[in-house]
Amino acid sequence: MFNNVKILYHQGKQFIPDVTTVEVPGIFRGRPIISLEKVDQSKFVELCPTDAISQNPLCIDLGKCTFCGECARVFPNKISFTKDYKLSVNKRENLIIKEGEDQPIELNSELIRKEIHKMFGGSLKLRQISAGGDNSCEAELNAAGNVNFDMGRFGIEFVASPRHADGIVITGPISENMAEPVQICYDATPNPKIIILAGTDAISGGIFLESKAINRSFLEKYPIDLYIPGNPVHPLTFINGVLGLISRKK
Amino acid sequence: MNYITISNNQTIPISDIPEINYDTFFDTNTSFIYDNVERHCVNYYGYQFNNRIKLICCIADDNTHEIFVSSCLVHQTDKLSSFTAKLFCFEKFEREIHENFGIDYVDHPWLKPLRYAHNRFDKSKQNANYQFYSIDSDELHEVGVGPIHAGIIEPGHFRFICNGEQILHLEIQLGYQHRGIEQYFLEKKNLLQRATIAENIAGDTVVGHTTAFSHIWESLCGFKAHRDIQFARTLALELERVAVHTGDLSAVCTDIAYQLGSSVFGRLRTPIINYFQEWSGNRLAKGLIRPGRNQFPFSKLLGERLKEVFDKFEPDFTEMNEELFSLPSALSRFERTGVVSFDDVSKIGTVGMSARMSGVNRDIRVSHLYCLYPELNHEPIIKHHGDVYSRVQIRKHEVWQSIKHIRNLLNSIPEEISADSTLNKPKPNSFTLSLVEGWRGEICHCAITDVNGDLLHYKVKDPSFHNWLALALAVRNNEISDFPVCNKSFNLSYCGHDL
Ligand code: SF4
Repeated sequence: MFNNVKILYHQGKQFIPDVTTVEVPGIFRGRPIISLEKVDQSKFVELCPTDAISQNPLCIDLGKCTFCGECARVFPNKISFTKDYKLSVNKRENLIIKEGEDQPIELNSELIRKEIHKMFGGSLKLRQISAGGDNSCEAELNAAGNVNFDMGRFGIEFVASPRHADGIVITGPISENMAEPVQICYDATPNPKIIILAGTDAISGGIFLESKAINRSFLEKYPIDLYIPGNPVHPLTFINGVLGLISRKK
Repeated sequence: MNYITISNNQTIPISDIPEINYDTFFDTNTSFIYDNVERHCVNYYGYQFNNRIKLICCIADDNTHEIFVSSCLVHQTDKLSSFTAKLFCFEKFEREIHENFGIDYVDHPWLKPLRYAHNRFDKSKQNANYQFYSIDSDELHEVGVGPIHAGIIEPGHFRFICNGEQILHLEIQLGYQHRGIEQYFLEKKNLLQRATIAENIAGDTVVGHTTAFSHIWESLCGFKAHRDIQFARTLALELERVAVHTGDLSAVCTDIAYQLGSSVFGRLRTPIINYFQEWSGNRLAKGLIRPGRNQFPFSKLLGERLKEVFDKFEPDFTEMNEELFSLPSALSRFERTGVVSFDDVSKIGTVGMSARMSGVNRDIRVSHLYCLYPELNHEPIIKHHGDVYSRVQIRKHEVWQSIKHIRNLLNSIPEEISADSTLNKPKPNSFTLSLVEGWRGEICHCAITDVNGDLLHYKVKDPSFHNWLALALAVRNNEISDFPVCNKSFNLSYCGHDL
């Protein structure tokens, strides 16, 4: 007993008091800023491993970007990654960051279905499906529930069965061999339900977009409620994204 | 000569690998391993070669640091006698060859699909029609779990045959995570794309797999990585081990319902992976390791920061372990649970931690040196009981040991930083093999180039490839309620296996 108390005492305070404002350590690659400097734009298109960069104007699609940092490394004056981890959107096009833009990424509140706040505002139970995910996003979603990030304080939790869930969170590009289980899991989730895509692989296929072994037809059938970029998704990106979706807008 | 002897990361002309007939191929490779626990098969695979299939077998000798490579040409329609009938460690390799090319083995005991690869020979074989082993009995029942599991974890199907609460047999059916990685390496032509694929093979072994890929590529291009690059890789490999082992200790505590251990180990992992972010901008080290480059030069300041992280980490980690390993309720869940014997481990050819848990001294960090390991005088941590306790002990000791290695490295942070250099084109018609000890065990990548120096074939073997079978054996005769703790004590990779 005494040992336990000692261990508890030695942990100090581990939880992050405010997950919406805390600063992340080091050199996190979050929301990019593209300057208006003139450069040979075709070079970017060549260098990006996932075709996330398009030209005229120069844009980065955060749904495709693997946050490898190569573009900023080669053209530091043109592209820089800020430590802003709030990257989630509910409209796919809003993940495209254009030259000269420097404003926070936010959800479009008009597009959030009415029932979401009403039904899930105080408690959201999610079923996670890894569909060809490489276990990095999965690890970070687990971390979102640990004592540091403590997502449970907002009533957001992952549950063991789709039947207990209010929605699904897909990670991974959706491998052909997981296409059917994804559908079965979605069907087993009671209405109303939401779909969240977590991580670059889930949002666009990421580096695996052109692999013949993936099958993304499920995503064409249903509206997506939330896109959370990252490779993997940072726990703070995830928590802030979900909070943006379920909390009431002023 | 029936084979050629190479060392880790050596590039040789593909024509130097002797091509022998199947009988000689069979004898040569099986007799390498027969009765020789210090030898094991690091890779055995096939690829299309004109109208035939070329089989390449690579056997590593842990004592002499050599790797013996031989090859053999067969037809798709051939009916071959299987290595597996003689030595069980070839079981997975031959299933893979059968699945990919349709080659039949007349005496293979278990010729089932392995991962339902997209370009498999027989597309009529699907996850849905997999034939599980079953026992016709009124007393026994079956329990099916997956492919989607209860936690936030990758998919795979487990089928238990139980007698009451006791597991008689477990069969693990994988393949759900298959993304066509090996084929995709060939389709994506640009180096950064390939490095990105390598770091997505298994997101919990980012450093391990990107290091193996970088070694392959640098060897093919005739590039010798400078000390600073090797320093970063060695340090990152050990740091990845610290992070995952600590996280898995947390998971094991969760599965025995020990909340304090679960929370404390869970939060201790955080500063380690946050440190990866401080250094490289990514908590799981994606983007850190690239062929021919020092992406994020390691500075004195970063060294000081890492020491601070460890100074805080170590006392808490040690204190938590002392408490955990003095709790009778924890020990009773660990000891003699999920045992895999020395004999079984040697037979199935497990690697890394899953070999060392049962007294097999197998660790690429001493047997096939690379990076700065020659300087670290690494001594593998070996346990003998092959149970959950041994696996948990290995994790604890390896965390301490890795921290010691890193502290040693920090005494000589390289000051000279390599400038980005453009690599030469890979040598044409060549073969390279790279072995890296990831936290789970040995990772093996093999590459073959064509006349133009383009990739003709790329082969990845994750340690989980063999080790899944160890889990299936471990749970026999255990209560089904002990399955989670057995599983977490191994923590094997689905995506690494399925590719
Ligand atoms: S950071 Fe994103 S946009 Fe830039 S090169 Fe990498 S993947 Fe492309």
